[in-house]
Amino acid sequence: MNTKINVKPVRWVQKNLFNTPYNIVLTILCVWILWNIVSSLFSWLSQSEWTVISENLRLFLVGRFPEAQLWRMGAIALIPILIASTLVVRRSQTWNFVLIPVGLGAIAWLANGGFGLLLIRSSLWGGLFLTLFAAAISTALAFPLGLLLALGRRSELPVIRGISTIYIELVRGLPLIGILFMAQVMLPLVVPFRLDRLLRAILGLTFFNAAYLAENIRSGLQSLPSGQSEASRSLGLNSIQTLRFIILPQALRLVTPAIVGQFISLFKDTSLLALFALFELTGIARSILSQPQFLGRNGEVYLFIGLIYWIFCFGLSQFSKRLEVRSS
Amino acid sequence: MTNTIETVENETVEKPPILIAHDVSKWFGKFQVLRNANLQVKTGEVVVIMGPSGSGKSTFIRTFNALEPYQEGRITIDGIPLTEDIQNIDQIRRDVGMVFQQFNLFPHLTVLENVTLAPIQVRKFTKPQADEIARQLLDRVGILEQAQKYPGKLSGGQQQRVAIARALAMEPKIMLFDEPTSSLDPEMVREVLDVMRSLAKSGMTMLVVTHEVGFAREVADRVVFMDAGQVIEDTTPAEFFTQPKEARSKLFLSQIL
Repeated sequence: MNTKINVKPVRWVQKNLFNTPYNIVLTILCVWILWNIVSSLFSWLSQSEWTVISENLRLFLVGRFPEAQLWRMGAIALIPILIASTLVVRRSQTWNFVLIPVGLGAIAWLANGGFGLLLIRSSLWGGLFLTLFAAAISTALAFPLGLLLALGRRSELPVIRGISTIYIELVRGLPLIGILFMAQVMLPLVVPFRLDRLLRAILGLTFFNAAYLAENIRSGLQSLPSGQSEASRSLGLNSIQTLRFIILPQALRLVTPAIVGQFISLFKDTSLLALFALFELTGIARSILSQPQFLGRNGEVYLFIGLIYWIFCFGLSQFSKRLEVRSS
Repeated sequence: MTNTIETVENETVEKPPILIAHDVSKWFGKFQVLRNANLQVKTGEVVVIMGPSGSGKSTFIRTFNALEPYQEGRITIDGIPLTEDIQNIDQIRRDVGMVFQQFNLFPHLTVLENVTLAPIQVRKFTKPQADEIARQLLDRVGILEQAQKYPGKLSGGQQQRVAIARALAMEPKIMLFDEPTSSLDPEMVREVLDVMRSLAKSGMTMLVVTHEVGFAREVADRVVFMDAGQVIEDTTPAEFFTQPKEARSKLFLSQIL
């Protein structure tokens, strides 16, 4: 018995890795490649300098936001939590229409300043907080826009259907980076008032993701049997009541995984904002790396921000898994 | 055919029929599903519509609550003309309950919520009021103990009884049944027919598309036979099942009896 256990791994290796000349060559090659990767990784780790992270931790988290005004970031983060918990407790749909616009307004005020608050230019915003802020605001704006586009594409009115279809197909046919450039260059031409660079970037992300969300939601709407709306209409519910109580609750539940997937990709796409002189996680990483004392620390910095992106995306996908389990 | 309509009109001098369908025609693209179909139903009557598949009988009753639009003719329900006027359609849908072949319960709502949704949203009842009515109705169809379950946990027969309770919660003046037992397992057909039977006894005006000959014989006041989008025969069950006049009725009966 004892000898058998000891012999087994050796046998297994002989049988699977060294059984033919071809496999012997392959095995040796693989071991050599693996050894090279691992050893160079270790030699990199032994020379790596993590002070670039610890010394710039505040920049990574909040950018160059004035220290005395940091409470505003806390307040901004608190607003969605407050709204979400109120909605869970009150469970009333009408509150959605009051609380969410009020909350967005308060966030805009805290973010920008004015009316008694110190004005803060978006160039002072940065780090993980800006990444989360941009992702959260675009998500909050893209969802209703995507919903309207999905409904518009199924509308019986040809004009609304046409506009929605053209919008969706146009945006889906363009690369995100192109839409972000267009938002920077074109929006100031068509909007009568001055839009901040950050706001333009957030709107670009919103326009892009709304088109994809619309298609996700539409697939949910289409998968519902027509009997559902027929039963609802035959009970005397009008088309808006049918949508609100019968169609949307079922359709949105069906496409929750796809919607969360879209939000995950939106979160990662915020890294493109670095190209527009915005100092979100990727942007701040690049600006830290351009300082002379941290030259050549690319590995440490990008590994660190990669880990942060991964933690948030992994968390979101776990959250979506739990939603799926709960709804089934 | 003109004879039967005249007799019906003679009998109801004091009160007009609650449902009048006059020369209704409908096309699906180029295909004509309904050809000048006529029907009159008096308050409290139970009318069974029979006919081979594709004869337009389901389409015909679906025009009565505007689930299917029609192109020619006119339909009047309880004095309200069913036109494209959205207010008329809303009013008629409140007055006309419908039970579907596939039940069409709302899977994301409990049995109780299925029944209370329309009374709360459309008739503006408070939740306690609607719950009270729903419980009475669920008791009447024999599934009160399932009130908190989701429809997916119920058998087909139970689901169809919930669907009947859901339609009744709007206190309709007419109930339409579109092949209510066709997608049920044989052992569940009876429990649904029993509920329909007691509903008929309570005086509900009912229009039933079905192949259940026993139900038609026992409960129906009239049997309407349709073929190729037309009402071909409109008579008592006794006469329809023993001495059908039309060749197509005879052929149909020889196939199902």
